[in-house]
Amino acid sequence: MTGIRTETLNVSGVALTVRRAGEGETLLLLHGANGNASWLPMVESLSANYDVILPDHPGFGDTDAPGWMDSISDMAYFYLDVIEALGLEDFHLAGHSMGGWIAAEIAVRDRHRIKSLTLVSSAGIWVNGTPMGDLFAWSPQETVRRVFARQPLIDEMLAYEPSEEEIGVMLKNRQMAARLCWSPRLHNPDLRKWLHRLKLPTLIIWGDSDGIFPEPYAHAYHELIPGSELEIYEDCGHVPMAEARDAFLSRLVTFTGGAA
Amino acid sequence: MDFYFFNLMPYGALDLEYDKKYASANLLLPNSYYDPEEGHKLYTRYMDELEYADELGFDGVCVNEHHQTAYGLMPTPGVIAGALARNTRQAKVCVLGRALPMVNNPLMIAEEFSMLDNITKGRFVAGFVRGLGVEYHAMGINPAFSLERFHEAHDLVVRAWTEVGPFAFEGKHYHLQYVNLWPRPYSRPHPEVWIPSQGSEETIRWAAHPDRKYTYLNVYSPFSAVEQFMGMYRRVCEEDYGYEAEDRQLGLAVPIYVGETDEIAAKEAKPHIEAFFNKFLRIPNELLLPPGYTSISSLKAIALAKREMLGGGKTMDRMNDLGMFICGSADTVRSRLEEFQDRIGLGRMCTILQFGTLPHELTRKNMELFAAEVMPRFRGRLRRPRSEAAE
Repeated sequence: MTGIRTETLNVSGVALTVRRAGEGETLLLLHGANGNASWLPMVESLSANYDVILPDHPGFGDTDAPGWMDSISDMAYFYLDVIEALGLEDFHLAGHSMGGWIAAEIAVRDRHRIKSLTLVSSAGIWVNGTPMGDLFAWSPQETVRRVFARQPLIDEMLAYEPSEEEIGVMLKNRQMAARLCWSPRLHNPDLRKWLHRLKLPTLIIWGDSDGIFPEPYAHAYHELIPGSELEIYEDCGHVPMAEARDAFLSRLVTFTGGAA
Repeated sequence: MDFYFFNLMPYGALDLEYDKKYASANLLLPNSYYDPEEGHKLYTRYMDELEYADELGFDGVCVNEHHQTAYGLMPTPGVIAGALARNTRQAKVCVLGRALPMVNNPLMIAEEFSMLDNITKGRFVAGFVRGLGVEYHAMGINPAFSLERFHEAHDLVVRAWTEVGPFAFEGKHYHLQYVNLWPRPYSRPHPEVWIPSQGSEETIRWAAHPDRKYTYLNVYSPFSAVEQFMGMYRRVCEEDYGYEAEDRQLGLAVPIYVGETDEIAAKEAKPHIEAFFNKFLRIPNELLLPPGYTSISSLKAIALAKREMLGGGKTMDRMNDLGMFICGSADTVRSRLEEFQDRIGLGRMCTILQFGTLPHELTRKNMELFAAEVMPRFRGRLRRPRSEAAE
């Protein structure tokens, strides 16, 4: 892809691989358990408006994990170090799935440099009576059927044959995701106690057919974060970047622009 | 070679058609398939069989731990081992093993094993395992910390057994201010330890270390793989640790069926051993190998090797050829075990003489034939190494 630079940042003993593109206000994108593939196709479009930074989290993609990276809490503190090292002030933060959870944990700890927060199909809380999908128990085929809602996309994903290198990255991502998220499963029981501290413009994006975090999770986040905005896309699964791309892109740009 | 009788205690009354609706007899099979009346009969029967093994002269009787599965009905093997401690006379009582990472306080396992060791006056073998991958789903324990927890829990148990307390144990996963075991183990310095495993180099190196010299017990692998793992154990001892492994350090657990003739044995065993491999041991890879349970590189390798084992559609003949099942007349079984002994210097054979749906009468007959016509041949028999050329 044109205009996307791959850089390495050395922070807290981690050689962090980041993709970076564009100019303007910084938009820091945090990927989910499956790696940077969800955000990556958005980076070029977003780079028209922003200085977009998309890291591979420690233990994912091209970044190796330090031995001490044991939890999402560690990850949140690590990104506070990254934000400081990059000298980011007044930046926009957006996270998808596990990355949304990391973003929420970062903002709960220190929201003052964050201009806006966008949580997309986000992990981090548990809603009693509405179990999450168990992505660690699904076969690759079942995962595709649960993560996506639209049949043509499901068929396309099922037909895709990953290369050996891609399989290696998938296994690495899955391994680190288990380390960070297995138990308590994809949430921090304490987080909901502190989400009221997110007194900053917050947008919650969800798909109505999310097979991992069903729609009640979107409403729960909306209720727990005072003043947050909620947008739910129809016939859309866990990855709005894939199934509601244009609507999501323009909503994100409008929201972050309005937060200026 | 010593002989042990292993009873996995499967839910033998399982409706074998379950797999038309469910992918595995583990974790996802609703417990409405379990009938407590049948369960009571099975527990009674299986414990009778374990006690009978003691009468027949087996060197040990073995139980193990599995959770939320029709494959084995012993989530708490100490319950069975406690009863065996009183109802057996000469056989060692072996718990092979308890899954250390599954517990949040391994001191409970140190205590339980120490009780068994005292009650049996040292006639006890302690097994330590990590648990099957599927059990990390069943018990909600993070598989990515499995190895760390295993090693830390092991160190805690052995220190609790051997050091005078109270002392503090300062670990990452287990942190206890007071470790002061009552009762201390009967055995000095502590009960014998076996490590049942499916063969990873890390486990073999760790078990073989001169500080431990634990018996490595291979479970469910084709004989070619067993030979490779045992060779690795011996090589690591010799080349890296500078000592020669004793035969007692090498053990194998394998289902065996002895009949009056090869034909009778095959006919009687076939439906039950095929149920064992295809129905009870049916586990999809996603459940068997959760992320983090194994290293990424061995994940690929293990997934390939296990396809042979847990993919379903296994025939008795195929399992027999692979050496994952030994079946035939006493002569046939003897000669195969001799070959195992000669080729790998096996010191301990854990016989699984009940498997899958094998009923009580056939299990007893199998045990009797094995004890009368196979075991005696190996009393005092030494390994006769076979060269490659002689094969």
